[in-house]
Amino acid sequence: MSSELATAHRVHEAHAPHRDPVGLKIGMWLFLFTEITLFGTLFIAFAVYLHAYKLDFQAASGELNVPIGTLNTIVLLTSSLTMALAIQALQRRDKTQSILLMGVTLLFACTFLVVKAFEWNAKFHHHIYPGSEVLLLRPRGEIVFFGLYFTMTGLHALHVVIGGIVILFAVSRVRKGLTSADRPEFIEYTGLYWHLVDLVWIYLFPLFYLIS
Amino acid sequence: MEHEIEHPHVLSRSAYVAVWAALICLTGVTVGSHSLELRHLAILTIMIVATVKSSLVLLYFMHVRFEKPIVPIMILVTLATYAVFVILTFSDYSFR
Repeated sequence: MSSELATAHRVHEAHAPHRDPVGLKIGMWLFLFTEITLFGTLFIAFAVYLHAYKLDFQAASGELNVPIGTLNTIVLLTSSLTMALAIQALQRRDKTQSILLMGVTLLFACTFLVVKAFEWNAKFHHHIYPGSEVLLLRPRGEIVFFGLYFTMTGLHALHVVIGGIVILFAVSRVRKGLTSADRPEFIEYTGLYWHLVDLVWIYLFPLFYLIS
Repeated sequence: MEHEIEHPHVLSRSAYVAVWAALICLTGVTVGSHSLELRHLAILTIMIVATVKSSLVLLYFMHVRFEKPIVPIMILVTLATYAVFVILTFSDYSFR
């Protein structure tokens, strides 16, 4: 086994710099699984408290703005489309279009964050934020609901920010030719990360906004 | 093998747009069922529609459908592990 590996290694070295796309891909997916577990545990907390304080959760959910949440869902889904199309454009060796589509994805990411900021701001104006004295006077279930709301949407927004930064790197790499149709790993994994952010929102949105 | 990896399956633009349109429609279904006040179905509907949506994202946007079997197998193992977390938490919580 080890001699086989050693031979394989030598063959690789003889022909080209060592590359292992399958290994890279598995590594990226393992990282995504840690992200799923991170959000997953928070979703379990949400489920347990929903079970314990069903009426409070329904009342608090009614205070969230459904049209705004729906708008942000559409923005994020569309950004996932433009990211997928950016990768597809690079596979077709259309560098300019790929960069353009990543630019559009970044615009959608910013839109999402701005909308989210307005939403949080509106809640702050109603004295709804973690530790707010006004909020602490309300039923326990509602306090827990808003605690989870700020934790989970905040953690999600942080992922949108990180995803946006990674897309910026992908734009720069594609422009310099470091990432191309022949070496697409960086843009592909950027896409995977971006879609994961979308995936989390697919569950976050209805569970927080639509249970009233 | 190498050849296959370096030239992955390329979906057409219209295929991606079709998946996106399906995702938007399903969002409409969830929001619509909420405004129609189908309350007793709410959580179940939400989870089913969200799972259909996330499957579409995984299979097409994240290309899982065109990957080697190792990727879908790893995803299933992760989901099974997560299911164990959920079951253990709820079995603990229910019998307190």
